[in-house]
Amino acid sequence: MAVKVIEQKPLTILERTYLPQIVGGLKITARNMLKPSVTLQYPDERPVIPAGYRGVPVLVKDPHGREKCVSCQLCEFVCPPKAIRITPGEIAADSPNAHVEKAPKEFEINMLRCIYCGLCQEVCPEEAIWLQNNYSLAGFSREQLVHNKARLYELGGTLPDSHYKWDKKKADAEAAEHEGHH
Amino acid sequence: MNRTAITEFLAQNELLLRAVGAIAIMSVVLGMANLCVWLERKVSAWIQGRVGPNRTNTPLIAWIPVVGPLLGKLGLVQAAADGGKLLFKEDPVPGHVNKPYYYLAPVCALAPALVVLVMLPFGMLPGGTPLTLCHVDTGFLFMFAVSSLGVYGITLAGWAANSKYPFLGAVRGAAQLISYELALGLSIIPVVLATAAPGVESPLNLTAIVLNQSEVASGMVPAMWHIISHPLSALIFLVAIFAETNRHPFDMPESETDLVGGFHTEYGSFKFGLFFVAEYGHMVIGSALFTLFFLGGWSLSPVADAKLMELLSLNTLFGGYALTVLGLGVFLAKLASLIFFFMWVRWTLPRFRYDQVMDIGWRKLLPLAIANLIFYVVFYGVKAGH
Repeated sequence: MAVKVIEQKPLTILERTYLPQIVGGLKITARNMLKPSVTLQYPDERPVIPAGYRGVPVLVKDPHGREKCVSCQLCEFVCPPKAIRITPGEIAADSPNAHVEKAPKEFEINMLRCIYCGLCQEVCPEEAIWLQNNYSLAGFSREQLVHNKARLYELGGTLPDSHYKWDKKKADAEAAEHEGHH
Repeated sequence: MNRTAITEFLAQNELLLRAVGAIAIMSVVLGMANLCVWLERKVSAWIQGRVGPNRTNTPLIAWIPVVGPLLGKLGLVQAAADGGKLLFKEDPVPGHVNKPYYYLAPVCALAPALVVLVMLPFGMLPGGTPLTLCHVDTGFLFMFAVSSLGVYGITLAGWAANSKYPFLGAVRGAAQLISYELALGLSIIPVVLATAAPGVESPLNLTAIVLNQSEVASGMVPAMWHIISHPLSALIFLVAIFAETNRHPFDMPESETDLVGGFHTEYGSFKFGLFFVAEYGHMVIGSALFTLFFLGGWSLSPVADAKLMELLSLNTLFGGYALTVLGLGVFLAKLASLIFFFMWVRWTLPRFRYDQVMDIGWRKLLPLAIANLIFYVVFYGVKAGH
């Protein structure tokens, strides 16, 4: 191995007194003292969450208030720590969303198991499960930290998108049926 | 009781008066030690880009409108909380310690610091009476002698702990104190020589040294602070004071990176608190001594004093006392800036190695102090000869 020997210069008398170095150090710390602090006063001030942040996974509704999840259970299958448990259910025939056919009867995410990997969000064909900005999660018992469906929708709220995929599907089907008559 | 009766009563009970004065000074200095802890935390925070304590508050204080929350925001309540924590903690005595010495050590550490305080002059009453509890002619010699006894606390603590790290800390503390005491004493002699003019009662007296730095009092025309006329003395004294008070970069007895906690490893709760207060007490004393020796004590500046005296003496009612109060303020301001400097250095410099400490003490500072002394002896000799 090639070694480059750098010759060390002998210290000057001034340097050997160590005083200029001390003064230099004091200058640096004095400058630091005058700078504003970098502390974020946490509970009062909150950090800016960058886009794409993976926070607590939640379920969302579309702007019409329809729950987007169709209980396909892909997220349940993909979840590495098996934190998700879905009980699929039917949608009542008289419901305005009857054409969607399925919705979860119960949807549980065990936040004590969740590893915030985001695979559920990635795999969801309905864009129904999202890892949102919430990064601070606490509870008084283990049960409290198993989020049920109601809690997941409460945390998730509404996703302001305007795909209305199922409504379009229904309209297309109706149009096709209409055309078929003629 | 009318006024003369009070005066008579006080004259008859001088001891009582002194006791009250002693308690007053002690509480002021212990309060300052507490403020030092606060300042230390704040200065370290500022240097490291943090904000420091700013949340602690207690119901009673927080209820005071405006002031209460402000005290909390400034973190001043934190200092009280720190003290309270030390008071209320469990006070365990390890089984392996040498009990009598273990109990004695914290007292030995704090007592000298408090004793020295009574001899500290911190102002001047109209008429030339120094504001001090105990006016002794041996002056700072006695103060140095007593404050060095503080190392017995450290040595005893290390010895009593019966374990190796505290013992090493204690040995280091003792060695360091002896090494730097020499340079400290020698660095001060030129200042004493400068003070020893005909007519001065005792040049060892701190009040005399302070008065020597002011034109009005000394009558010398180019009167100046000793830091300007004796810069090398000031530097040696400052470095030695850092070592004497066991402050960074000389905190050999503690050096927590290699000695766990040094001499106070086995101590907790209020016994540790006493060591803590003693350290800050020594720092206050060291800063006060430096102010008195080199920064003109309670004088605003060697030249401005005369004008100030003229200006203030026009007001006959408060005349003298206004000057006293002003001097007290000036003294405290100088003291506070020096304490700030102590902290500034602490959060700037890393700790010296033990061998470096010994090297600086014996091979650098001591010869330098001797050379400095010889120079000034010759200088004042020649000056007197003319």
